[in-house]
Amino acid sequence: MLTNRSKVVVNKKMTFMERIYLPAIIGGLITTMKHFFRKKTTIDYPKEKREISENYRGQHVLKVDEKGAERCTACGLCAVSCPAEAITMTAGERTKGEENMYREEKYAAVYEINMLRCIFCGLCEEACPKEAIFLTDRLVPVSGNRDEMIFGKDKLTEKHFNQVDISKRQTPEVLAFKQQKQYQHNK
Amino acid sequence: MVSGYIIYKAIMVVLIFLIGLGIAAYSTYAERKVAAFLQDRLGPNKAGPYGLLQPIADGVKMFMKEEIIPDVSNKFLFILGPCIAMLTACMTGVVIPWSTPITIDGVSYPLQITDINIGILYVFGVVSIGVYGIMIGGWASNNKFSLLGALRASAQMISYEIAMGLSIIALVMMTGTISLGEIAAQQAGGNWNIIYQPLGFLIFITCAFAECNRTPFDLPECETELVGGYHTEYSSMKLGFYLFAEYVNMFISSAIISTLYFGGYNMPFIGRFVTDPNMLSILGVVFLFGKIFFFIFFFMWIRWTIPRFRYDQLMHLGWKIFIPLSILNIILTGAGILFFNR
Ligand code: SF4
Ligand code: SF4
Repeated sequence: MLTNRSKVVVNKKMTFMERIYLPAIIGGLITTMKHFFRKKTTIDYPKEKREISENYRGQHVLKVDEKGAERCTACGLCAVSCPAEAITMTAGERTKGEENMYREEKYAAVYEINMLRCIFCGLCEEACPKEAIFLTDRLVPVSGNRDEMIFGKDKLTEKHFNQVDISKRQTPEVLAFKQQKQYQHNK
Repeated sequence: MVSGYIIYKAIMVVLIFLIGLGIAAYSTYAERKVAAFLQDRLGPNKAGPYGLLQPIADGVKMFMKEEIIPDVSNKFLFILGPCIAMLTACMTGVVIPWSTPITIDGVSYPLQITDINIGILYVFGVVSIGVYGIMIGGWASNNKFSLLGALRASAQMISYEIAMGLSIIALVMMTGTISLGEIAAQQAGGNWNIIYQPLGFLIFITCAFAECNRTPFDLPECETELVGGYHTEYSSMKLGFYLFAEYVNMFISSAIISTLYFGGYNMPFIGRFVTDPNMLSILGVVFLFGKIFFFIFFFMWIRWTIPRFRYDQLMHLGWKIFIPLSILNIILTGAGILFFNR
């Protein structure tokens, strides 16, 4: 029993008051009238936004480092860890002169997340050894078209001078974790 | 003088027609808002301020939709159906007394299109023609769901009309007239019929719900069993007419309920504050519309409160409870008249 409001069903004959329905109907009318004046649970969405939690898991961002080079190394750990199999990628090899574009020698030439498959669990972010992918507090824009819901690098990668703030997702535990020696290269 | 009379009547007719349609249009908006508020939602608020242009948007939508007339239908009757529904819905408005006459330059203009001395009978006659709109529409669609829906609707409307008529007989016995104008005039000064006829009122309003096919008696439409009921095959503005007729009916029913049982344009104690008869007559219109809006709201309030009846329960209620009850009401009223007026 989840609540203590359950009622045992009895098949007794209804009393006269119950059979004329009117008291029950008036009771119902009073109940609905109370709801009429109650604070509404829905909001006027585009004008008003619902409050979201501190570490809300919304649309992903592919981070770039302080020089503007993409951090992702196309290791595929995020794709492996993804329970919804939403991530696909094709690796590419960095050529000479592209050092300011890609941080590591191997990079993701194509990186796609299917936002219709994604369940926003955040496991990709947890799996990533390069701190390249994060979930942010942005809502994924809706679309009437399935193809548009497959987000490529154009929509996922942040701009160098317009970086997405992900400090909210870096809880003390995460920061402590990063202090460990073997992760120092990620600074 | 005669031409002036005709012009005046024409203005009244057009005015009441437009007011009726306007109120019906905004009832659709009110219905959604009321539904939303009763369910803790906000309701339509995007078209215009507070969504006030929603009925216009709906009307445009209805007109722009593709008009489909099924190949297997009887085309003439298929088009006739919604016409009858709409026509009868608008016709009842002519006998309702909106207020006491207005006197301008010594000429008195009654605010009622025509006070025929058989007002109530006229209303019943027109309302029962309304059944044909639904019946013909459902039958001409040549679709089993439409036919079943139409059968349900007409069975329901015919059965409840009897109880409704019987509940009115008690009222007529009491008032001694079947002209709506006189019935309204008799209730001046808080002497409302509801005080003498509570049972009759209860029967009448329940039957009015059934006549308008409103919840808890909205069986003709039923997505799970009958798709859309009698208007399954209808599209575009013909569907719009059916839906619209329902709202016009609701408006007229509210007006008739207010006139018959709630004093019509009368308001107790108002005579103490206002003495100018013209002013009183304008206030009367305001009061009557206040009552009408309350009943329209009541219709919606009930709709979003009570679940519908099952079909057999509906028939049981109509034939085995309301008809005997209304006969009992007639007997009680008769006894009361004998006892008090001797
Ligand atoms: S948030 Fe979860 S479901 Fe979405 S891409 Fe990352 S791992 Fe996959
Ligand atoms: S986002 Fe991270 S886990 Fe995914 S491929 Fe790139 S580096 Fe690897």
